[in-house]
Amino acid sequence: MSAAPALRLCGRATINGAVIFGPLSLDVPAGEWTCLLGPSGVGKSTLLRLLGGIADEVAFEGTATPSDSAPLAGRIALMAQNDLLMPWLDAVANVTLGARLRGEAAERDRAIALLERVGLADHAAKRPDALSGGQRQRVALARTLMEDRPVVLLDEPFSALDARSRARVQDLAAELLTGRTVLHVTHDAAEAARLGRNVLLMTRAGITRIEVPKTHTPRRFDAPESLAFQGQLLRLLMESK
Amino acid sequence: MTRAARISGITLMTLLAWQALVTGFALPRFILPGPGLVLEMLWTSRALLAEHALVTTVEVLLGLVLGGILGFASAILLAASPPARSVLRPILVFSQAVPVFALAPILTLWLGYGLWSKIAMALLIIYFPITSAFFDALMRTPTGWLELSRMMNASPARTLWHIRVPAALPGFASGLRLAAVYAPIGAIIGEWVGASRGLGYLMLLANGRAKIDLMFAALIVLAILTLILHAAVDAACRRLWQS
Repeated sequence: MSAAPALRLCGRATINGAVIFGPLSLDVPAGEWTCLLGPSGVGKSTLLRLLGGIADEVAFEGTATPSDSAPLAGRIALMAQNDLLMPWLDAVANVTLGARLRGEAAERDRAIALLERVGLADHAAKRPDALSGGQRQRVALARTLMEDRPVVLLDEPFSALDARSRARVQDLAAELLTGRTVLHVTHDAAEAARLGRNVLLMTRAGITRIEVPKTHTPRRFDAPESLAFQGQLLRLLMESK
Repeated sequence: MTRAARISGITLMTLLAWQALVTGFALPRFILPGPGLVLEMLWTSRALLAEHALVTTVEVLLGLVLGGILGFASAILLAASPPARSVLRPILVFSQAVPVFALAPILTLWLGYGLWSKIAMALLIIYFPITSAFFDALMRTPTGWLELSRMMNASPARTLWHIRVPAALPGFASGLRLAAVYAPIGAIIGEWVGASRGLGYLMLLANGRAKIDLMFAALIVLAILTLILHAAVDAACRRLWQS
């Protein structure tokens, strides 16, 4: 993996003339986990898709550049709410999908090692329909790690999971994505309070940086400062227009 | 009730209704022979029926295989290349305005009285359903998968082969299931227009000689063949999807 760059985006986005967001500016520090918290429909996902270079339908006026000014294409991986696993491939083949799509040799051993790291060693030969939601999202995490990109975009990847598996996959992701520039879009204050090394609040007015507690991420659920921070984020969300 | 019991029940009721119709209206055997006569004919002419059924089966199977390959390839070409799409798609749709049945005499003229004119008829009749079912499925790949593929720096050709084609196989399978029912129609029409073998030919021959019981026997054989073919294609598609 090459060195993780910081991300910076300034500008406004429209779809067919309708404003999706902005003008705003987004700063994502290098090599850290940043949560972009905001209510639904504020343009968080569009922003993520713009960074990922897959927002064909969006007209964007502004700049989106990494700190090292090199092109982002090929240095970004995406994890979405939907695990996007191919139902006809088993877990290992799903993890090595990227290699096959690029015509490279699939590194099966590394894929199996990654599946072990996400706790799915016994499920390597299973297809997605034989796995639970949490397990599927862990396969998606292994696939993301397999791509080994310095920048990882997360579009609410944990929101469809039940509380227990959500917390487990969150911990796993926080551990395994350390050192990468992670931009995690979420509408869940508790999730942002737990995972964000940086927390940005996105509203119609733009993006504001929120002071975070000094504690290590993932923060403990029941630590007073985590709870207070979660409460603060929720209040800010409620008060935002 | 099991499937076998249900099918036997329906068959038995159909036979009873058929016999009731013949007895009730006192229909002569040259209009509608009773099921007993037809069953007797099925047994006594089994060698003759089998000989002609084999010919029709070969025509249908070859038509199905060739139509399947051609439809598969055409749909991929249409999905992969927008220029090909803009030129070929209108032609394809327009070609459906020509009744395929009307082409049968021409095909016989061009390809002769043998197998190939029947295979071509079967192929023509199934080509469009297979192509259009598979093509539609190819164009409906979930956008999330396509975006993932782009972020993985895949070429369009590899995206097509590794994601769009496997994702569209259920569409291809439903086209094939439809084709399994249509293909025998093509072969029979081809045989009616000009042939010296096959169930369609046998039916015309029996009709000319007022052997209506033989006609019905051939019809029943054809229906059973079509059902078996449909079930076989269905089973094959399921296995394809599971592997």
